[in-house]
Amino acid sequence: MGFIEILLVLVIVTDLALLGASRINSCIRFAAAQGILLGVLTLVSGAEGHTLRGIALAIVSAGVKGVLFPALMTRAIREARVRREIEPVVGYTTSVLVGVASLAVSLWISSRLPLVRPAASTLVVPTAFTTILVGLFLILSRKKALNQVTGYLVLENGIYSFGVALVEAPFLVELGVLLDVFVAVFVMGITIFHINRTFDRIDTDLLSSLKD
Amino acid sequence: MALVLALLLVPTVAGAAAFFILDNRVRRALLVAAAAVHLLLTGWAWHARPEPATGSWLGIDAPGLIFLSITSVLFLAAAVYAAGYLAREAPGRQRDDIEEGAFFSNAPEATFTGGLLLFLASMTLIHVSQHLGLMWVAVEATTITSASLIYFHRHHRSLEAAWKYLMICSVGIALALLGNFFLAVAASGAHGEADVPMIVSSLVEKAGGLHTPWLKAAFIFFLVGYGTKMGLAPMHTWLPDAHSESPSLVSALLSGALLNGSFLAILRAHQICGAAGHAEYSQRLLLGFGLVSMATAAVFVLGQADYKRLLAYSSVEHMGILALGVGLGGAGRFGAMFHAINHSLTKAMLFLVAGNILALYKTRTPSAVKGLVRVLPVSGVLWVLGFLSITGSPPFGTFLSEFTILKAALDEGSWLVAIVYLLLLAVIFVGMATVIFGMAQGALPKDSPGQRLREPWLAIAPPILLGALVTVLGVHVPDALDATLREAARIIGGSS
Repeated sequence: MGFIEILLVLVIVTDLALLGASRINSCIRFAAAQGILLGVLTLVSGAEGHTLRGIALAIVSAGVKGVLFPALMTRAIREARVRREIEPVVGYTTSVLVGVASLAVSLWISSRLPLVRPAASTLVVPTAFTTILVGLFLILSRKKALNQVTGYLVLENGIYSFGVALVEAPFLVELGVLLDVFVAVFVMGITIFHINRTFDRIDTDLLSSLKD
Repeated sequence: MALVLALLLVPTVAGAAAFFILDNRVRRALLVAAAAVHLLLTGWAWHARPEPATGSWLGIDAPGLIFLSITSVLFLAAAVYAAGYLAREAPGRQRDDIEEGAFFSNAPEATFTGGLLLFLASMTLIHVSQHLGLMWVAVEATTITSASLIYFHRHHRSLEAAWKYLMICSVGIALALLGNFFLAVAASGAHGEADVPMIVSSLVEKAGGLHTPWLKAAFIFFLVGYGTKMGLAPMHTWLPDAHSESPSLVSALLSGALLNGSFLAILRAHQICGAAGHAEYSQRLLLGFGLVSMATAAVFVLGQADYKRLLAYSSVEHMGILALGVGLGGAGRFGAMFHAINHSLTKAMLFLVAGNILALYKTRTPSAVKGLVRVLPVSGVLWVLGFLSITGSPPFGTFLSEFTILKAALDEGSWLVAIVYLLLLAVIFVGMATVIFGMAQGALPKDSPGQRLREPWLAIAPPILLGALVTVLGVHVPDALDATLREAARIIGGSS
């Protein structure tokens, strides 16, 4: 098992840890760890990991996902004074089982989609798909707005890891994607601030007056 | 190229400036002026036709030009309307449903105007992008810029709408990004061959060499991802909330411009599938989503107790019609492109009129609105005419385009599709008619002024203009437009 495989396994471990964590603080820390892992992954995988471009991208993405987002979200927790998700839609043990199931599904899907050009590791595609599925599941099964944003970040991490290992996108586009994600999370943070001010809580089941 | 850059720079610079202008009147004038310049530049694009050069990231081809023109016309109408609207909503005046007056200082108006202009800039970028990655960046940028517009009225319901919009559309667009990556994998050259760049014309040209399983998977993610933002059912759940809670001029822009932007992104993927010889595959998917969207809309239109939500569900229906038209292929593509124009003009007009109704009656419940034609003669008549147009009655352009799509279904021999299509149109006609005529007719409410009101011209001129345009299109389609529509239909069919 090479270095890259260890990294990818660690990414999957953070996925499962996110599913089992009840304290929002730990969720943010696991998401941050995942962001840093992906920064390192940028360096060791892909065709141009060691070029100046690859290094710049690794630093920017690790900085945004591993440092900037967690700092923003930790601040939001302090403002909102929340500690843990009290009653998630799906319990934590079940969530971890869902995580394991999505790993199995991802392995099956990636065996069905043969790559055109060999990737740095055969684990790249299953890891990316698992992370994407876990992110989607977190968004659907958690009620706290901050946890849903964490879910969005994990989804984005999964897509990013797929992209960085397999796709050589132009630098401008990569930067644009990072910038968009950054601004999106920033705007979500502002919205959470407003939710907290309007309702004094950040549970999204308070947001249920609009329906048919 | 200079023209394309000017189209992007004018709203960007004006938008940035709007944040720093302190005087409300100057800022409103800037909004209208920037919109007018943008429309002039768009008109010039019809003359100059800055076709994308080979390998160029920016350029305006026929589909882009059509959607750009819709956006530009709608934005000018919305900007003129906004000048009057913002004056009415200014601090110190009475406002509906606002408990926290303190939030309406001048700064939010600057944010709102700036947001509108930046929204126009990001919309323009979608239409002129030839690079699919750049297009993704632009679509995501429209989500961010429009979220602040939805939360203009700072109360808990619009906050809820903005949150749902942000989360659902961000997830949708994230999936579209995955679709882009899949397409890039499909385009990667095996064994040392060069990759095909993610530029539409290059992908179409080399479509035959694309890796089929990845291309098909990519199309699904394009359709589901961008389809979320386009408002295709069952991913449409953010749409009624966002459209009903945002200020009416924003609803007009969301429905008439924003949804089309994501439709264009789906069309690009469809175009590549068509060129690769998988047109039937992508058409079948589009057809399915189209019919599901129309059926979903029909269910929620019947008995709808909020007239802005009614219009929102009508948008879901019309997005379904667009997907259906392209899904049928043949003349349906022409019909869909034409229908996009007609729907946007009519729906924007209806939302602006809904804003006028809301300003007077202060309720979105149709049963509380009576005698509209007598109290607001202009808006009342426009409301009824708009209803006739949106349901595809002659002599409006919508009739022609919906008829073209029906004809495409019959040409293809898809009798079942044609029957379901007509049936759903009829159900929606009845559902909307009940609400709209109930509002237009009836006894005046007791506490109403009782006589005709003078309607400010800033509030009625934009919808009148949009209504006139869609009527003209129903009677006569100008040759230049007809030629461009045909060219666009050919391009989205996948021929280069």
